[in-house]
Amino acid sequence: MAISMKSAFGKTLVGVMGAGLVASVSTSALAAWEPEKQVEFVVPAGTGGGADQMARLMQGIIVKHNLMKQSLVVVNKSGGAGAEGFLSVKNAKGDPYKIIITLSNLFTTPLATGVPFNWKDMTPVAMLALDQFILWVNAEKPYKTAKEYIDAAKAAGPGKMKMGGTGSKQEDQILTAGLEKATGTKFSYIPYKGGGEVAVQLVGNHVDSTVNNPAEAVAQWRAGSLRALCVFDDTRMPYKAKVTPTQSWNDIPTCKEAGVPTDYVMLRGIFMAPGVSADQVTYFVEVFKKMMATPEWKEYMEKGAFQQTFMSGKEFADWLGKAEALHKQLMSEAGFLAK
Amino acid sequence: MEELSLLFNGFAIAITPYNIAMMFVGTILGVLIGTLPGLGGANGVAILLPLTFSMEPTSAIIMLSCIYWGALFGGAITSILFNIPGEPWSVATTFDGFPLAQKGSPGEALTAAFTSSFIGAFFAVLVITFLAPMVAKFALKFGPAEFFAVQLLTFCSFVGMSKEPPFKTIAAMMIGFALASVGMDSVTGQLRLTFGSEEMMRGFDFLIAVIGLFGLGEILMTMEEGLAFKGTEAKINARVVFQTWAKLPQYWATSLRSSLIGCWMGITPGGATPASFMAYGIAKKFAKNPEGFGKGELEGIIAPETAAHAAGTSALLPMLTLGIPGSPTAAVLLGGLLIWGLQPGPLLFVEKADFVWGLIASMYLGNLAGLIVVLTTVPYFAAILKIPFSIIAPVILVICAIGSYTVANAEFDMILMLIFGVIGYVFKKLSYPLAPMVLALVLGKMAEGSFRQALLSSQGDLSIFWSNGLVGGISGLAILLLISPLLAKLWSLAKGGNKAAA
Repeated sequence: MAISMKSAFGKTLVGVMGAGLVASVSTSALAAWEPEKQVEFVVPAGTGGGADQMARLMQGIIVKHNLMKQSLVVVNKSGGAGAEGFLSVKNAKGDPYKIIITLSNLFTTPLATGVPFNWKDMTPVAMLALDQFILWVNAEKPYKTAKEYIDAAKAAGPGKMKMGGTGSKQEDQILTAGLEKATGTKFSYIPYKGGGEVAVQLVGNHVDSTVNNPAEAVAQWRAGSLRALCVFDDTRMPYKAKVTPTQSWNDIPTCKEAGVPTDYVMLRGIFMAPGVSADQVTYFVEVFKKMMATPEWKEYMEKGAFQQTFMSGKEFADWLGKAEALHKQLMSEAGFLAK
Repeated sequence: MEELSLLFNGFAIAITPYNIAMMFVGTILGVLIGTLPGLGGANGVAILLPLTFSMEPTSAIIMLSCIYWGALFGGAITSILFNIPGEPWSVATTFDGFPLAQKGSPGEALTAAFTSSFIGAFFAVLVITFLAPMVAKFALKFGPAEFFAVQLLTFCSFVGMSKEPPFKTIAAMMIGFALASVGMDSVTGQLRLTFGSEEMMRGFDFLIAVIGLFGLGEILMTMEEGLAFKGTEAKINARVVFQTWAKLPQYWATSLRSSLIGCWMGITPGGATPASFMAYGIAKKFAKNPEGFGKGELEGIIAPETAAHAAGTSALLPMLTLGIPGSPTAAVLLGGLLIWGLQPGPLLFVEKADFVWGLIASMYLGNLAGLIVVLTTVPYFAAILKIPFSIIAPVILVICAIGSYTVANAEFDMILMLIFGVIGYVFKKLSYPLAPMVLALVLGKMAEGSFRQALLSSQGDLSIFWSNGLVGGISGLAILLLISPLLAKLWSLAKGGNKAAA
């Protein structure tokens, strides 16, 4: 089975289409909109996590390079697996002073908990990047390839191998379910609070494998405690600089190459409240474009081995539609949908 | 010794006029943040984090970690003066700090709290300096079963503490557990007990409950007891610091024990809040005068403050060596490190030795700066209690309201805080103990999560809690502590019985 979240447009078209749409909007407007008071930047997750880090980095870059005249204030609203944050944006109809950063809980939280919100209840602004997932095992273990590990999991019997991950019925568990379906294995999934904790539990041999994001496990990988078996994407990561003494991100095979046909990426994108004007959306798209051109952002992308894909406008909306359908399918197959 | 030369190199990096200025700015900001309940070290550091992006990483982390030390110090101030814990880990400080201040010795209570904080932190920094690599490996041994055993140990060290009837204690604890289970269930990913309400999705935050139960509850009690329009007759002079210091050495055993508990809980990482509760419980068990606890015993301030600060400081060790934050504030600092391009983890000590040892040196200096800052403020803070109640009460109410709002930027939390205030008042009138409820609320969710994670990984087999020496030892110790009052009773009964027979 192949789980694919990529749109058929291909990455080359991304910039062209996004730029075209933005240009047509901004020329039609007589006077460009600009915020007149501070903008609230909602993080639908706790402090210290991946989304929170990215939001605070963006705030820092925007201040340092003076990209916005008004200040941007980060506010964490993590209640109900992020539902609190999404609902606050959904209910702020027409308010241009509220933006929100998303992770996969944009799709998973409403599907798993039944809390009524959907990405269509908000205004999509831009995709900033896609976060990758890698299959990790402890370096002391004999498994050198994904196939060896999956074979071992099959041989051990259902539920004997423990997969650690962040949260329940969220990206890590969905990816585990996809992996199980594609390979005919069965893991005991153990939910933890955060990605760093998951990586350390793997180093301590309290779980057998994880599907951590690159940034969450890179420290332990470089220290030689973890082994990266494959990346859940259809192409290898582009970063060729050596990260460990012997390997770069680019040296990690894709799971497809390794004989485990599964792929999954996580959205890092920005939304606004429903009912905001095209001008207001354009303003933020332009700010983010400038932000993404800074060296700080580029360094952060490379350190975390992010897939740098920018989208906005219709293209982004199409991507979201497909991603939502995919999550619905995966979660219904895994039995994660709210009854 | 290699560590010593590295450390002196670190001092050379940390001691620049600019860095020292940043240290004082950081501690003063931190004390303010710690004093305002709800704002908290984690939020405070998060808010100030982007401001430091244009600074040198070493200066930036020195300033941010000094905010953290300041917040640890500052948390004790409102606990002692108004019975409102500024931070979760200062709840246990209210048990004896507030009564001691009410008895007319706020200066003594504050000095004891600050000095103990410093001792705990100093002990933890020594551990970080000399034992870092060894200790980091110990933290790796902790899986879900071990975490549950530690949480069980915290509960057990606290059980049998209150003077109230056991059934009231159990009832209060069960209410705490029930409140802790509201919101997102982390194991199944489902919402629980929210009754479809959006406001309930957040669950009940421990700080909001505590601000209401303790702070507001106390004001309601004072109002009922007849509005005392006079402030406390506190004798305040600057010498109170030295007078208190003269009394502290006799409690060296409590300090040492609490430092050890704190370091252990900070490293594993259990957190400063459970550490403070556990240290308080154990101090009372070992005390010569357990009757005095809860009425203003100096030892009851020393134990939780030492442990909280030791835990808060040593929580930075797993963050630096493993990349796992030992506390919410450490989690925010971790994010900061990543943004500056520093990769916390086993290689940080090798690749960025200058940065790491600069930071460790700044821990010594920052805590010293913190102690100087807070001790000079003792007379001023103590003088607040001289202000008549009719003036200070509205101020406290406003602090309570702002505090509960800032926890999650939610207006609903202020209403919740008011409700908890009434609950706190009713509990006191009916003499139900508040501490077990608060403990269950703060540890309930963690303990439940670890318990279920452990059972998931053992596929439902309970023997996982005795599966190796470490987890078996902690579980065994917990059960021993739980039944120790019973054993003591049986022992004295048997003795008495023997006498009667003879």
